Amino acid sequence: MPPTPVSDLPVDILRFNTCGSVDDGKSTLIGRLLYDSKSLMEDQIEALERSADITGGGQINLANLTDGLRAEREQGITIDVAYRYFATPRRKFIIADTPGHVQYTRNMVTGASTANLSIVLVDARLGVIEQSRRHTAIASLLRIPHLVVAVNKMDLVDWSEQRFLEIRTQFEKFLPRLDIKDVKFIPMSALNGDNVVELSAKAPWYSGPTLLGHLETVHIASDWNLQGFRLPVQWVNRPNNPTDKALHDFRGFSGQIAGGIVRKGQKVLALPAGIVSSVKQIWTYDGPVEQAFCPQSVTIELEHDVDVSRGSMLIGPDHLPGSSSELQADVCWMHTRGLVPGKKYFLKHTTHTVQAVVTEIVHKLSVETLEKEAAPAELKVNDIGQIRLRTAKPLVFDGYRVNRLTGSFILIEQGTNATVAAGMLHPPQEVVKSENGDYVI
Amino acid sequence: MTSYHLDHLQHLETEAIHIMREVAGEFERPALLFSGGKDSICLLRLAEKAFRPSDIPMPFLNVDTGHHFPELNEFRDRRAAQLGGKLIVRKVEDAIASGIAVPAPGEISRNRLQIPTLLAAIEEFRFDCCIGGARRDEEKARAKERFFSFRDAFGQWDPKNQRPEIWNLYNGRLNAGENMRVFPLSNWTEMDVWEYIKRERLEVPSIYFSHTRQAVRRGGQWLPVSDILPPKPNEDVRELVVRVRTIGDIISTGLVESPASTVDDIIAEIAAARVTERGSRADDKASEAAMEDRKKAGYF
Repeated sequence: MPPTPVSDLPVDILRFNTCGSVDDGKSTLIGRLLYDSKSLMEDQIEALERSADITGGGQINLANLTDGLRAEREQGITIDVAYRYFATPRRKFIIADTPGHVQYTRNMVTGASTANLSIVLVDARLGVIEQSRRHTAIASLLRIPHLVVAVNKMDLVDWSEQRFLEIRTQFEKFLPRLDIKDVKFIPMSALNGDNVVELSAKAPWYSGPTLLGHLETVHIASDWNLQGFRLPVQWVNRPNNPTDKALHDFRGFSGQIAGGIVRKGQKVLALPAGIVSSVKQIWTYDGPVEQAFCPQSVTIELEHDVDVSRGSMLIGPDHLPGSSSELQADVCWMHTRGLVPGKKYFLKHTTHTVQAVVTEIVHKLSVETLEKEAAPAELKVNDIGQIRLRTAKPLVFDGYRVNRLTGSFILIEQGTNATVAAGMLHPPQEVVKSENGDYVI
Repeated sequence: MTSYHLDHLQHLETEAIHIMREVAGEFERPALLFSGGKDSICLLRLAEKAFRPSDIPMPFLNVDTGHHFPELNEFRDRRAAQLGGKLIVRKVEDAIASGIAVPAPGEISRNRLQIPTLLAAIEEFRFDCCIGGARRDEEKARAKERFFSFRDAFGQWDPKNQRPEIWNLYNGRLNAGENMRVFPLSNWTEMDVWEYIKRERLEVPSIYFSHTRQAVRRGGQWLPVSDILPPKPNEDVRELVVRVRTIGDIISTGLVESPASTVDDIIAEIAAARVTERGSRADDKASEAAMEDRKKAGYF
């Protein structure tokens, strides 16, 4: 039985991240969004007032809402990714609040990796600075579908349209070199609440939406990849001594669909076994379904008894992935012990963890423009680079630009088990061969 | 025309199922923390969705402070039995008796004493991972915690040294003695939890609904009168129509005056609420960094 729909719920979720440097007013902006959308509760406002009396000379500081850990409040900086939630009748929002210091690029990558949209804050007085370019470049590298340039502190430039257009032009000079399709510029004052939730009368020349208005309406339905079915197998579902006789031979492959659509009866290719079978049943707790799509979690039974386990992938044969143990990728290095070619790491890709060795640093990439620079001997923390890797077993993968889930990986240091890198795979040189007959049982 | 669209609850659900299956795939001896409270009730349904038609491949673990609402323990035992799960209960009283947990002079609250009791249970069963129902919207320190929250050999959380979590790739690798806490409901809000309870038609303990109870006014809130919490002379004691919004120990859980007697009523009440859920928990009010300090010491 499918669950009954509940009325009056938000229709979907938008995940966004905010980036900006210490004084751009990023925490103030989030505080303003929560405050003006009435997402704050009395005890939170009370706590704000309490800390205003102690440290703020009686002035309420909206930034205190997000600067959560004591260590941060003492140092006056945001030290890690913090998540915030609010909802309007149209959407539920998940905010990843990431700091903008040079040394915290890794946090921005963490916060932005799952985002539909990224907000880059610019101080209207300063215009585009190094950090604005860096944040935009990282958003482009991670292929975040939507970007908002929030031109903040407009009150401090007398709401000058000319200043707003200058900043826009500065941005448009380097945007073509990056790969971002949808960019929106919004003039605002987070401190005073202009154009955040309420339209401001101070900028009659601006005819666009408020920030919240844009967040509520930006089109995200096509952000998921619905081409090329991919199911990385997480867990083999085999009931032990089931009381239900029909389940005696049940053998299902459980996972979250990482791309495309799967239909009952269709052919699928199981890799790395290299065997073609067809979908006997798409099992869910709420009953079997005729089809399922990314990012649903399902359990698939196949017609044939094939060698499939955690780390295998079920594939729709119409869009084939690559399969190789020689890989090229862009990586963001996240650990203070740098990347040294020749060192062995664990590489986790989908549900599959293998040993990997970095064979070459091909280039370093500028964190401002993503342009290629000469390869250094070592990639340091917060560096972005292009590398070659060799894995102990072949990966079944897509290029990151085609599929964020089957095109991404992390590197884990052996011994400490620290997560040291986020990687984005280049497109495969050649796809898995699928001549008729090769895979037929 | 078919719509390939998930609403917000379906999104949260598939994310949580993915995380549960990663736990089953990556850990040798996981456990699921089940108190009978609303969040862990959702966790159990998500475990059913992740693992059926197989059995849920991990036992349920509860630390019983001895100060639980009796309705909660009754529900906990019944629900675990319904699901055919193995329920392990470890008691703070036993931990005190054996010297594992030592109360400070005059310490009545069992809140801090849950920590050594939990850590001892983890050691006893050699659990390498505990799935918990904590949500990031509950509290400032939790807002910064990962889905996979790494704990060192002393069970401690180090907020400045968390593993980056990128895309949906969770690093579950551990060395001997280390431990992971995993929070599949990280992105859920209080409202999401109740909407899910409604959609899935889940039973919850009766104390979430409006009932009549003796309450004593203390520390700016109404606390339930019980054997452990008798009223002092001159205290304001009344019979009120109340419910609980969040369940802690019976000596520290504030009662909310409420006529809400159905899940729909509760959803309407939360939508109009002016105070956060943990605003009724005395244990969080101790200081602004109360939760941060407890988590660093090994709290859930």
